[in-house]
Formats: sequence, C-alpha cells, structure tokens
Amino acid sequence: MINPKYFFKGLLSVKGVNSPAVALGASFVAIGALLKNLGFSIQESIFSTFLTYALPGSLAMAESMLIGASIINIFLAVWLVNARLYPMTVSLMPLLIHKTQPKWKYYLSCHFIAVSSWLIMKSNYEKIEKKYRIDFWMGIGTATWLIGIFSTILGYISADYLNKDMMMGLAIVNPIYFMCAMIGVMKTIQLTSAIILGALLGPTFYFISPEWCVLYGGVVAGSIAFFIGERNGK
Amino acid sequence: MASNIILAILVTSIATYSSRFLGVLTSEKIDENSKVYRWFNCLAYSTLAALISRMIIFPAGLLSESDYIIRLIVIITSILIFFLSKKNLVYPTVFSAIMLTLLNSY
Repeated sequence: MINPKYFFKGLLSVKGVNSPAVALGASFVAIGALLKNLGFSIQESIFSTFLTYALPGSLAMAESMLIGASIINIFLAVWLVNARLYPMTVSLMPLLIHKTQPKWKYYLSCHFIAVSSWLIMKSNYEKIEKKYRIDFWMGIGTATWLIGIFSTILGYISADYLNKDMMMGLAIVNPIYFMCAMIGVMKTIQLTSAIILGALLGPTFYFISPEWCVLYGGVVAGSIAFFIGERNGK
Repeated sequence: MASNIILAILVTSIATYSSRFLGVLTSEKIDENSKVYRWFNCLAYSTLAALISRMIIFPAGLLSESDYIIRLIVIITSILIFFLSKKNLVYPTVFSAIMLTLLNSY
C-alpha cells in the first residue's frame, strides 16, 4: 500500500518558502466566488473542484456557462485548455513508475496533476528514492487538491464580500505564480528555449485561432526547443 | 438548471481526466532517459508557457476588464520581486493581487 513516511513528506512539501498554497488558495477562492455567482450550490462547487481540480479547466467551464454554451461546447472548451495535461503527465509519470508499485496508484493519482503539484514534483523528485516517488507524489497531490477544495468553499462563502477589483486581484495571482515558477525552472538550454518560445508563440497563434493557440504554440515551440537542446547537448 | 450544472461538472471532469488518463497509458511505454521523454518534457513546459502568456496577454473573464498597462506594470514588478526575494514564489504572488486591486480602484 502507500508508504506513510513518503506520503506525509509529500503532504508537507506544500509548506515552506516556495509554497504554492497562497497562489493555489487565492485562485480557488476566485473560482468558488465565480461558481456562486453562476448559480452553483455549495455542494456543486465542491463537487466541481473535487472532480476536475485543474484551474484553467474550471475557468473554461464557468466562462462557457456564462455565455450559455451547449454541453458539447463546454466539453470542447475544457478539453482544449486541459489537453496540456497530456504532455505534463507523460513528462511526469515515467519518473514515478516502479515495477513493484501497483498500477491503480498511477491511474488514481494522475487526477492530482495540475500545474502547481506538477512543478513541486518536478523540482523534488531527484531527492526521493524511485520506488517511493509515487507515494511522495500522492502526498503532494492530496495536499494541493485539498487546498483547492477548501479554498473553493472559502470563496463560495465570501463571494458577497468580494468586490470586482478584489476578484480581479485574485484572478491575476495564478498566472503570476505560474510565470515566476516557470522562470525559476529555466536551467537548461532546452527548457529555457521551451518556455521562452512557448510564451512567445502561444499569443502569436492567438491571431490564427484563439481556441487552439495554446496547443499549436506549445507543440511548435516545444519541438523547436527539443531540437535546439539536442544539438547543444541539452 | 440544477441538472445542467451537474452535467457540466461531469463533462468538465471527463474532458480533464481523459488527458491525464491517456498520459499515464502512454507513460507505461516511455523510458525517462529516452529522446521521446525529453520531447514530451519540452512540450509540457512550452504548452504551459503558452497557456500562461495567453492568460496574461489575452485574458478571458474578469481579468480582461483590467487595463493592459496596469497588467504590464504588475507583471514586471512581480518578476523584479521574484528576483529580489531570491526566487521566492509567495511574495510576488501576494503582491500582484494587492497591486492589481489597488491600481484598478484608482
């Protein structure tokens, strides 16, 4: 089963100087308030973060519902923003897979993959023995996921006290946190070019297709960065 | 309306989990020292970077109502704080929220 020592180590890794808890909390407070304004009950709001737990996806759902989009359009909008979870999962799971560990752990814990948990795992995995990395990951995932759920509740309750400017302030926290975290991981030529090119090409492709720009920009930028990195010995 | 909300939540979670699920399925065949792994790693970081810069430059929802110049000021100051605080992630994020709220109310 799950090794408690590594699980708790993962669970506690969300505190400390680089804690994502503040950014994560602020973003989900905004989501909670947004869902209340959309007419969700508190149970439905909790259910939403519980089941989806990937912020841009929840935002896409809320925005689509706001303009009265159909269920199929909601599916597409969410799928498009969350398709990035596919390369994120493929670049995380091979680091955690160990033949002695049961498969269910991987299929269950992939639900915890979101930017903040992924970034913590990516910067800490080398310190953990490979066999126990999945347990460590489950700890990180559980902690960030619970922060998301509690903050949704908090946002839902405090929705009436938050004015528009405060909601705007909460909305910028997440992109700023992600942006700084990305600057922090620019350590090799390959990753630095992937991040800089992605940041440039994503908005550039917006002029061709606002819906597909993240995926187009990401795939083109990532592939160019891969070749740059391979040619320069990473 | 209530059944619509439940349906929207379910559809959102399926659309999200499917990418994660396919990711684990693919991972079973990928070695962490292979070229394919490094390519996926580049894709993951570049897609994330593309998403973040789109969220800031072409925001959807409430953020799109904030002034472009104000957003730029907040971004540049946050990056400065990030470096001045020896790459601490909490200071720039807390600061960005307060700064945007204040700049918007004046």
